[in-house]
Amino acid sequence: MFKIAKENLSALFRKIAGNRELYLPVKQAGQVNFAAWDEEAEVSLETLKTVKSGKDAFFPQCETLYTCKKEGKKIQIQAADRKEQDFVVFGMKACDVQGVKVLDNVFLSEPVDSFYASRREHGTIVALACNEPEESCFCKVFGIDAAEPAADVAAWLIDGELFWQPLTEKGEALTEEVRELLEDTEDGEVTEAKAAIRGIMDRLPNANLSLEGWNGEATQEKFDSPIWNDLYKACLGCGTCTFVCPTCQCYDIKDYTTSNGVQRYRCWDSCMFSDFTMMAHGNNRTSQLQRFRQRFMHKLVYYPANNNGMYSCVGCGRCVEKCPSGLNIVKVIKAFQGGDK
Amino acid sequence: MQELMGRARELLENGTVARVLGWRAGDQSYNPEPAFFENAVELEKLVYDGFCGANLSKYMIEASKLEGKTLVFLKPCDTYSFNQLIKEHRVDREKAYIIGVGCRGKLDMDQIRNQGIKGILNVSGTELQGPDEITVETIYGTKTVSYASAMLSRCHVCKGKDHVIYDELLGESADTKDADRFDEVAAIEAMTSEERFAFFRKELSKCIRCNACRNVCPACSCRKCVFDSTKFDSAQKANADSFEENMFHIIRAFHVAGRCTDCGECSRVCPQGIPLHLFNRKFIKDINTFYGEFQAGADIQEKGPLTNYTFEDVEPGIVAERG
Amino acid sequence: MHECTCHPGYKKDTLIPQVGVITDIRQETPDVKTFRVNAPEGGKLFEHMPGQCAMLCIPGVSEGMFSITSSPTNKEYQEFSIKKCGTLTDQLHSLEVGDMVTVRGPYGNNFPVETELKGKNLLFVAGGIGLAPLRSVINYVLDNRENYGTVDILYGSRSADDLVQLKEIQEVWMNAPDVNVYLTIDREQEGWDGHVGFVPNYLKEIGFDTNKTVLVCGPPIMIKFVLQGLKELGFTEEQVYTTLELRMKCGVGKCGRCNIGSKYVCKDGPVFRYDEIEELPPEY
Repeated sequence: MFKIAKENLSALFRKIAGNRELYLPVKQAGQVNFAAWDEEAEVSLETLKTVKSGKDAFFPQCETLYTCKKEGKKIQIQAADRKEQDFVVFGMKACDVQGVKVLDNVFLSEPVDSFYASRREHGTIVALACNEPEESCFCKVFGIDAAEPAADVAAWLIDGELFWQPLTEKGEALTEEVRELLEDTEDGEVTEAKAAIRGIMDRLPNANLSLEGWNGEATQEKFDSPIWNDLYKACLGCGTCTFVCPTCQCYDIKDYTTSNGVQRYRCWDSCMFSDFTMMAHGNNRTSQLQRFRQRFMHKLVYYPANNNGMYSCVGCGRCVEKCPSGLNIVKVIKAFQGGDK
Repeated sequence: MQELMGRARELLENGTVARVLGWRAGDQSYNPEPAFFENAVELEKLVYDGFCGANLSKYMIEASKLEGKTLVFLKPCDTYSFNQLIKEHRVDREKAYIIGVGCRGKLDMDQIRNQGIKGILNVSGTELQGPDEITVETIYGTKTVSYASAMLSRCHVCKGKDHVIYDELLGESADTKDADRFDEVAAIEAMTSEERFAFFRKELSKCIRCNACRNVCPACSCRKCVFDSTKFDSAQKANADSFEENMFHIIRAFHVAGRCTDCGECSRVCPQGIPLHLFNRKFIKDINTFYGEFQAGADIQEKGPLTNYTFEDVEPGIVAERG
Repeated sequence: MHECTCHPGYKKDTLIPQVGVITDIRQETPDVKTFRVNAPEGGKLFEHMPGQCAMLCIPGVSEGMFSITSSPTNKEYQEFSIKKCGTLTDQLHSLEVGDMVTVRGPYGNNFPVETELKGKNLLFVAGGIGLAPLRSVINYVLDNRENYGTVDILYGSRSADDLVQLKEIQEVWMNAPDVNVYLTIDREQEGWDGHVGFVPNYLKEIGFDTNKTVLVCGPPIMIKFVLQGLKELGFTEEQVYTTLELRMKCGVGKCGRCNIGSKYVCKDGPVFRYDEIEELPPEY
């Protein structure tokens, strides 16, 4: 275990950024999101939840896959570069780290997505324990420990100090690079902090949400339930829940015509959008009920069916806070329990 | 609340309406959701308190296609949206039974959290006739905050207590206005063009193109939005580059100009806290200056200044003259 | 472009297409053309199995998934029979020999020609453009004739003018050993002396023996009634294979578009045995 005084964090960031790109929670126009560090950046490590999860570090909202140039009849394809620069994502939380693991199962399974894989290869995650989990948090339900994030380096902000514990080889390598700024320390304070965090987590309203009945075998029973009809009606069909979600991975591939050829790029898409499944001769999910159901069935049934029971929700609670209509996955789970919705 | 529930049950039972559109209690005390109720049992979950900020007028577009009348609860500001939707032939007045409900401003959980309150378990005192202070139970103990300090920003510039369309009224409204709604616009107008550009770039660069502002907007009722068409490069779902972000919001602002009632839903729902209402309010302010005071949705007869031509209209050159 | 030092293999990605040249175009019907595609340096772009698909793209227009209609036993080129029904297909139909497109694939699973179908009597039932994926299997089977039992092909279309690959059907399939071809069109037409009537009805009229494995492809409504007909004749769902078609973007089961239940049609399909389809939520 190492530590560094809070007032030296700027030096730490400067040191990291000297060798690698550094992304961390930065406040811009009142909102905190992951952004590249620079000397002017208003870093906000105290913010519990960035608006977006930070998954963009590995799966950006928009990225060019290749450029196509046409000369007469001839077409030339120039693939976009993969990530080659090492980088650090500093300040993700335990839920978001688990979110990256959910994405891994999708993008690193055969055939491997090289754009994602190269970022995973070059990225090191320093995750912060959550000092004060809030009412929308329910990561514990998915077996995630907000007190001990399973990243390359786990870190704790306690009083005026940041405690630092490398957990993987990548974490060790990063620690070595910044070793001169860190001092050795004992586990005592961190052990205490962990207990305090877990104590808070246990008292939050959704800490003991039951996932009983949600598993890879539940397709028929859950799909056919009349409860969906009662749940979806307020849904506006926007993409807020999907875009703030750490695990949503649907994407679209589109063309952008420039004066210098056609850029083929991919961007986040949302199963909530009405045109998501539209094709030349029809649409297999024409109603918002179907689209709403798809999102939750995917997270709680289909994804677990394909990934040894792992859920594609990490309980970060962003959708709980952000849905314009007050709908969210917790309400869905509760509604199926037959309890108060 | 009991009054609303009772009246809704009566109208359902005597066949005046086929369903009720209101707000349903959420799993927590602070997150109700818009919902349809079709019988007395369902109605037991009807709720009306400070967290019922959602404007239900837009849901009436779909409800207008259903058999029979829909009872809809509208707050004073929501009625402007409803009127505007009538004007645009998007809702059917005959299919609506409007109960105008009283309002003393609507609450914003972010405003409560911004006061440093965490680990919230329950919020009480938010009902229409509730106290001036609301009580927030948290895992760290009980806190109180003033109702006004927890209100949505739009309520501080409230259009007023009057419902502009209704079949009956239930509940008293309170004055919540404590600022001029054009103050924010004036502050931006006072900036240099460079400052203004920087301000909007900073705000708009947060946009994640979730379309929440568009989908919640009662003025955005096109069956097919230009931004969903695959025929244009404008149809980017993602923030392909900064230009796209700007285009989406600027085109949208132009499209709703003269029709926007300033209901404030766009800013309420934006997950990135972009003050989207500023665009619309700038247009409203300009319309007031150039064509005289106009409030979209105030009535269903008057033609909007942008859809009506008179000899007194300003010349387009005014834009250049004004700089 | 720099080589990524840690993973040189990353240079290749299934999302990055190859360039293909159109080397032949046949007008099959008023709205169907068959395009022959080769690598610019000649030869095939890739190897595939019957039933697999590939993404064809006109840069700046859009990209779409099409089944490969040529058989893998063809060593020279790949072919795609494409019906004009949207922006991309309109543009594809305006292409000329020598034009280039981008191609990525092959994607998806295939008809189990080397496993379950081996040694079986086969019944192919196709409607309209639905012959495209089955043609790949039929030619594969005819080229490996000794591995399969009897072959029956029932193919129907709206009119005689809408029958795809008619030349090959008449000149090759009808003359192949131990192959029966049954053609039908929906309505009477001058100059047509063959069978008239819908495919599902003709299927029942012929009354095929149930000692066959059936491969069905066509419009959803036809597939539905063909399956009913097959059941009436005593076939079970386990004997029937078909293909599903949904909107696809990535082709590798990641973008989420063609997800139904726990399956991704682009990766786990497009070929499904009917009992597998029955287990999916009804969203296809």
